[in-house]
Formats: sequence, structure tokens, C-alpha cells
Amino acid sequence: MEKQAVDGARRAFNSGRSRPLQYRKQQLSALLRLIRERQAEIVSALKRDISRSEFDTPIFELIGIENDIKLAERNLADWMAPQPVKKTLLTITDDVYIKAEPLGVVLIIGAWNYPWSLTLRPLVGAIAAGNAAVVKPSEVSKSSASLLKELLPQYLDTEMYPVVTGGVPETQELLKQRFDHIFYTGNSTVGKLVMEAAARHLAPVTLELGGKSPCYIDKDCDIAVACRRITWGKFANCGQTCIAPDYILCHPNIQHRVIEEIRQTLLEFYGEDPKTSPDYGRIINQHHFDRLLALIEGCTVAVGGESDKSQCYITPTILKDVLPHARIMQEEIFGPVLPIVTAGDVNEVIRFINERPKPLALYVFSSNKKVVRRMLNETTSGGVLVNDVMVHYTINALPFGGVGNSGVGRYHGKHTFDQLSHHRACLIKSLAMERLNMARYPPMTPSRLRTSMFFLRSRSGSCDQALRAWAVVSSLLALALLISLLVVLLRDSNIAA
Amino acid sequence: MPSVHYARLKYLFEMESQRQIIERLRAAFQSGVTAPLQFRLTQLKSLLSLLEDNEPQILEALQKDLAKPKFEAVLSEIDMVVNDLCYTINSLPTWIQPSYVGKNLATKLDDCFVRREPLGVVLIIGAWNYPLQLILAPLIGAIAAGNCAILKPSEISRATERLLAQLIPKYLSQECFAVICGGAEETKSLLENRFDHIFYTGSQAVARSILQAAAVHLTPVTLELGGKCPCLIYGRLDMLAAAKRLVWSKFFNAGQSCVAPDYVLCTPEMREELLPAIAKALSIFYGSQPKQSEDFSRIVTDRHWDRLMALLGKTQGRVVMGGEGSKEDKYFAPTVVVDLDGSDALMQEEIFGPIMPILTIESLEQGITFINQREKPLALYVFSDESQVVNMVLERTSSGGFCSNDGIVHMTLPGLPFGGVGASGMGSYHGRWTFETFSHRRGCMLRGWGLERISMLRYPPYTESNLSWLRWATSAKKKSWGVCSVM
Repeated sequence: MEKQAVDGARRAFNSGRSRPLQYRKQQLSALLRLIRERQAEIVSALKRDISRSEFDTPIFELIGIENDIKLAERNLADWMAPQPVKKTLLTITDDVYIKAEPLGVVLIIGAWNYPWSLTLRPLVGAIAAGNAAVVKPSEVSKSSASLLKELLPQYLDTEMYPVVTGGVPETQELLKQRFDHIFYTGNSTVGKLVMEAAARHLAPVTLELGGKSPCYIDKDCDIAVACRRITWGKFANCGQTCIAPDYILCHPNIQHRVIEEIRQTLLEFYGEDPKTSPDYGRIINQHHFDRLLALIEGCTVAVGGESDKSQCYITPTILKDVLPHARIMQEEIFGPVLPIVTAGDVNEVIRFINERPKPLALYVFSSNKKVVRRMLNETTSGGVLVNDVMVHYTINALPFGGVGNSGVGRYHGKHTFDQLSHHRACLIKSLAMERLNMARYPPMTPSRLRTSMFFLRSRSGSCDQALRAWAVVSSLLALALLISLLVVLLRDSNIAA
Repeated sequence: MPSVHYARLKYLFEMESQRQIIERLRAAFQSGVTAPLQFRLTQLKSLLSLLEDNEPQILEALQKDLAKPKFEAVLSEIDMVVNDLCYTINSLPTWIQPSYVGKNLATKLDDCFVRREPLGVVLIIGAWNYPLQLILAPLIGAIAAGNCAILKPSEISRATERLLAQLIPKYLSQECFAVICGGAEETKSLLENRFDHIFYTGSQAVARSILQAAAVHLTPVTLELGGKCPCLIYGRLDMLAAAKRLVWSKFFNAGQSCVAPDYVLCTPEMREELLPAIAKALSIFYGSQPKQSEDFSRIVTDRHWDRLMALLGKTQGRVVMGGEGSKEDKYFAPTVVVDLDGSDALMQEEIFGPIMPILTIESLEQGITFINQREKPLALYVFSDESQVVNMVLERTSSGGFCSNDGIVHMTLPGLPFGGVGASGMGSYHGRWTFETFSHRRGCMLRGWGLERISMLRYPPYTESNLSWLRWATSAKKKSWGVCSVM
């Protein structure tokens, strides 16, 4: 069944119909209609899957997809046009450009925490780039997966963009097929398996993984606002966000204040009993629920700690004085548990972060420009956000992706289009001007070598300088000619007079 | 001591030193020494001096390895690297600047930009056909991007390998750059280590095992592979000019170029014109006895020479030019084979030698179909004076790069990305593209504390009215460069 879907997509791609601009725009606007017309059903599916609040869904999932589609619709003609590049002296009469072309059949494997955004945003790029795509939503978010399987064929070209549902065996079957690019969102362990499977067919991959995104709160910052923003980012979607602030690093002297501010904010957001708040979500399933409770064990609970297995409910929890080697500091938390690790100064913080795998996101709260600059220069991460959390995700002009353990490749906005295209280098020459070419042919003579080197060698400055020099010389010549002409005319007129 | 035991000890010793080298480079990287622009420029300028100071030694090594004529060595090895170096040195101060992305309604007070950051310790594995260029051109970008790098030159081009091992430590910082020599075993053990990027030039078979080794550490890779680069000749054209460019690009380096036109497709009528034109070009270039010409290279090793001879032995086609060779000096004559089809031995693998098969097609359509039935090549060539022919092939095929009415030269342009697609590779480099390959593009956003009242729209408890304000403020409406979703 998986093979059929892939073969069908390849047949559809080979027919060439996904290439014209019109087709791509038509599919994209159909996708936009799907999101707008069926929003209510999407919201209920998410409520069933992950108890997502109906307000979170448009903000966290749908607007991102919509904006990507609108950006592509507006700019696709430009993106598809050949991009001319700088020429050299030898290619001055040629056409030199880079042309974006479709890759072929792309496999998109989604994740369960934002099942619509993480599946459809890559799809937007795949469509915009002229590819066919096999879409494999995560089976963990069951309702969303079956809704997607039902809805996508109603709006998009079914053969070109088939949806394949299923679990591990179906995914493994898919990964045996040949794709021209594999786009995977999920965890590093499976990410490695995906990359290995792709290796067999020499297929390039984009891996949007995760890791522990550190959140540093400097002494010199507006702690109240910082904590409010962190609370929002940490506990939205019940902490199940790849770019949620995973843990806090701060000076021991402000730990108490930080805890109090977050506690206060939690009250404002979710009330006395978050269990009754319609805006607070649940853990996706029993397995993750058990995993999170095991992580809390052995740590000092400052806030929260209660849970209800029947609902997969874990109250917003803050842990204090967490030790670097604690179990909770060894894996991505992906839940509503926020450990605080204390650190003496910025040096210690930077060392702490650099000793660990490169994270997907790094958050720095500080009003001190020097501290911010040091954090930017002395660490690395997929993305970095100063004085807020998560919202960098929403600027689709910024490339979104990891580095090292947190991922390979980037997307959002035009970056998805670029990631899923082949940028083909094109040189269009004519057979004329053969005399110029003679310098490079054998038999070699010292004078021929000198001529070739003159044209090909770029020295101080680029060949731009040679062009500029020629421009100056020819302008001077033209000026000289003009002056001579004027002199002649004046003389003539004098003579005539 | 039994030789097996000795070999294993030697292997373990080398593995240990490999690990020590990598640790040393990693410590250097973490100390931050490669980050400043000044350091990078100094290293690049040193690399330039390496090439300027040692041109005779380099030419000698290339002559030993491939009997590479001085002309070819200067143009395709030394000068290509020198040009790339100059271009990079001049442009680097611009490239490392953060690129600001457009601000919009909600982020007017914020700073959004992309920083290029170094990856760490990268591995560059070279190939034997252009042993200098294929290892130094990636190194330029690795240095420019602020990384430490391990170079693993091809052991097949032995003289160049030894020269690099000797010169690199003299000119570049030994803390940050190292050359590791060896064959398949050493490469395999090298790949067990963790790198932040692996850049490989070579064959598809080895590329698969490199990708698999990279998958263990989630290491991004650039693969510059090869394949059979088709050359389509069709329509109205100046046959002699076309033949000269075809012959030049095919027999340069005795056909041992990843972007050499591998095989030719043309109609039977064109073939009648093409063959004498090729013969004429060959005689102008290499004289009547190419073996005596100083401008014609040799095959790199006996093993490769044997492979080419065997291919010629297996072909069902007819040899109309060349076909002879002498193993002692690894000379293989410029050879043209006709009357063969797609199932021939010469059409099963990349030739990588001075054998030019010419296959006939009845129509352009047939030619395009023939090309598309095969793996995407690294380069695709079309010779024609008719622009609709050129455009049709361009539109209906895919390849790493495309060049009409010439061969190879598209890869000498610093503005064009050089790389494959599908089976011919992934990633690209040259000029700025090498710098980008070895950089991480980090998205950065700097916010302020103000406008908290607007931020509050996004906090729970959620209300319908907050939601509609937020949607209004953050949906893409007017024409803007980038759009913001949530505040």
C-alpha cells in the first residue's frame, strides 16, 4: 500500500503537471481553503488528540500555515525565475544563472505535538517547489491523522499528494522506497534511522529534531516580564513543543524570585486549579505521562507535582536546585515540568550550555548588551531569542532548523521552497567567439597560458575591478571623443562665422 | 612478530593518533581561536602563500600522479584554488555580517537577523583526479566559515598526498588544521568519530557508507559524486567549434573529470559530420601521435587503466578512433566508439577515461527520454545554435549543472553553485557557496521589554476578542517581505 502511494506520486510527478506555476498556485490556494473551511473540525481533532485549547490551535498551528501559503502565492513567480549571478570577463556575453527545479517525490513525516503545522508547512514548500509529496502524519495524534487522510484528497491532487497513515511498520515500509528528499520532524533516535534509510538511496534529508533548549535568566533583566513570557512558552501545549524552554539557568540569588513570579503567573493564566482551566492541555498518552513522572522523581518540587493518570494530567511543575547530572537533565523533557539549575555567572552558563549537545533554541533574558553579545558569540543553537520565547518561530523570513543533534536543514517561508528545490547552475553559451576560446586549447604555449590566465585569474579585487577599469577607460575615451567633436564643431562654426 | 598482529597494532596506533588529532582540533575550536575574522583571513592568506611559494613542487607532484600537463595543472588546479581564495578573502568581511530580515507590524521594535556561525570540526575527503583542487577548494570555505578541518587526501594520488601532508602544517595553524593520510581502513576508522560536517568527493558506492556513518552522529554531509554526464548535439550548429569544445572537455585530464561529457547523443546524419570534426580537433590539440604530446595526461593507476581496457574489450560498439594504449606509462589513446546502445558495457558506469561513446537518436524527444531514464547526472551538455533546442532540454531534464555549447567551464564560475542532485550528489560549493556549506545559519531575534501590553494578548486565560485582535495583527495581509504570526 505504501509502495503504491509512492509509485503513484512518482507517476504523477513524471507527468510534469506539478511544474507549471498555475498548478502550484492552484494547489496552494486549495490547501488554504482546507484550513479555513475545516477549521472547526481541525480544532476538535486536536482537542481529542492533545486537549489543545481552541484558541491555541489557530495561533500555534494554522496561522503559520496560512502565512506560508500567502507568502508563496505572492512570490512564487519570483522564486521560480532564473536568478542571474555575477559574470566573469570570459562569460560577459553568456547567460549565467541559477534555476530552482523540483526534486521529485518528497516524503514528509509529521510529528504529534503540532500535527497540522509540522506536516502541512513542509507540504506548502514541497508544492511551491513543484514536487510530489507523500504525507505521513504521526499515528500518535490519531484524530488529526485520520482527519488529514480524509480531508487532503478532497482539496488537493490525490495522486500527487497521497496521505499514508500507520505506525512504525508502515513508516519502515515507506522508508524502504526511494525518495528525492525526506523531511522528518521528531526525535533524534528516529532521526538517525531516517538518515540511515535515506543513505541507501543517497537521498538528502531535513531533520527537525529537538533537544534541551536552555533558558538563561540574567540578574540584570525585568524578571517579572521574563517569567511571564517563559511561563507562556513553557506551559502552552502542556510543554510539548520542540522549542519550549526546557530548563532555566539562573543565579542562585534570584531562584526564589523566579519561582514566585512563575507561580503568580500560573495563577493568572490557569487559575487555582489548572485541571479545570479550558486553556491548559494534557499529556498526549500514558507512555509520555509515565515518562514525565519518572523524570520528576528525586527532584525538589517547588510548585505543582500533582498528577491524574486517568486524564494524563500533570499540573504545571517547577523543580528547584536541580543537579546537572539528574535524570531530568539528560533528555528532552517535552512536558509541563520546568527544572531550575543554578549557575554562578555567565561564564558558567556558557560552559554549561557548550558542554551539552547543540539545542534547537536558546533563550536569553537580559538587559545587559554585553551579556547578550557573549551568549550570541560564544554559544550556538538552531535559533536564538533574546527576552522572549518561541516567537522567533513565527517570523517566516528567519530560517527555522537545528544544528548538530537538534537537526539538519532549515525551513519556513522561502526557506522551505529552497530546501525542497534543486538549485541548478546554468551557463548558456553560444558557439560564436571561438577565437577567445583558442587560448585554452592545446598545444600549450607560454603565450597561450598567459592569455588564459589573464582572463581567468581574479586577483586583488574580483573581476569586477577589471570591468570597472574598462568602464573608466571607455568613459575617458568617450569624453575625449566628445571634447574633440565639440572642438571641431566650434572651429567649424568659427570658420563659418 | 606475526604480520597480522603487527598490522593490528599499527592500526590501533593510527586510530589512537586519529582520535588525538580530532580532540586537539576540537579543543582548539572550543577555545574560540578560529572565530575572529582576522584569524580566518590570516589562514586564507597563508594558504595563498602555500600555493604561490610551491608552484614547481605542486606541478611536479601532479605530473607524477597523473602526468598532468603544466597547462592543465595551472588552469584547473592551482589557478582555480587561487581564484577562489582571492574571491573569498575579498568577500569574507561581507559574508560574515548578519543578514537582517524584514521587520513587520508586530516586530517593528525587534531585531531579526541571521548569523552565520561555524559548525566545529569538519572532515574533507578529497579525490585523486584533481587532487589539489578537490581538497583545497572545500578547505577555503571551511576556514572562511571559522571551522577547524581535517583533510584526508586521496591515497591514490600519492605524490600530492605527501606534498599536502608536508606543506599544510607548515603554512596553516597546526592546532586547527591537520592532514590525515591513509586508505580505506584509515578512512573507515576516521568516520567512526564525530564531525560537524563531512565533505566528500568521490564515488556513489563510498558515498553511501559515508552517509551511513554520518547518520550515527546526525552529521550533515556534502557529497560531490559523479555519474554519466550526457552531451546532446542537435539542430543547427557550427560543428567544428562544437567538436573542439567537446574534445577539449572530454579529453582534458584524459577524461578523468567528474564533469567530463561522458557520452554523446546525436542523429546519424550529425554523426557523419561530427566524426571528422572530432578527428580534426584531436589532431590540432594533440597532433597525430597523442602519446608524444606533452598536453595529454595519463591514467592515474594500473588498476584504472585495466578497467578502461576491459570496458573497451566488452563493448559491442565499433572503435573508430584510438583504442590503443600502453600499460607501462598508463597511456590510453583518445578513443571514440560508435554503433552501441544503452545496454552496452560502456553505458553502465561512469567511464572516467578518454573513451567517447557516440549513440544515435532519431529525435530530440528520444534523446531527452534516454537521458531521463537514467540517474540525474552531475552535468548536462547541449550543443546547438537553436535556443529552443537548448531550452527544451533545460526544461525537461534535471542535472547538477547545465552548460550549453561548452563543457566543464560552468564549474569555474565563482557565482554558480557546483554540486549534484539525486545520485550525482547533495549540497554544493565554490565561492560563497562553500562558506554557506560550512556555516550554520542561526535565526536570531532580539526583543525588548516594552509593548508588554500587546504581548498580553497572547496569554491565557484565552478570550475570543484577544484571539481576533491577535489574528488581525499577525495575519499576512499587505505585501511585505516577511510575515509574523504570533506576537
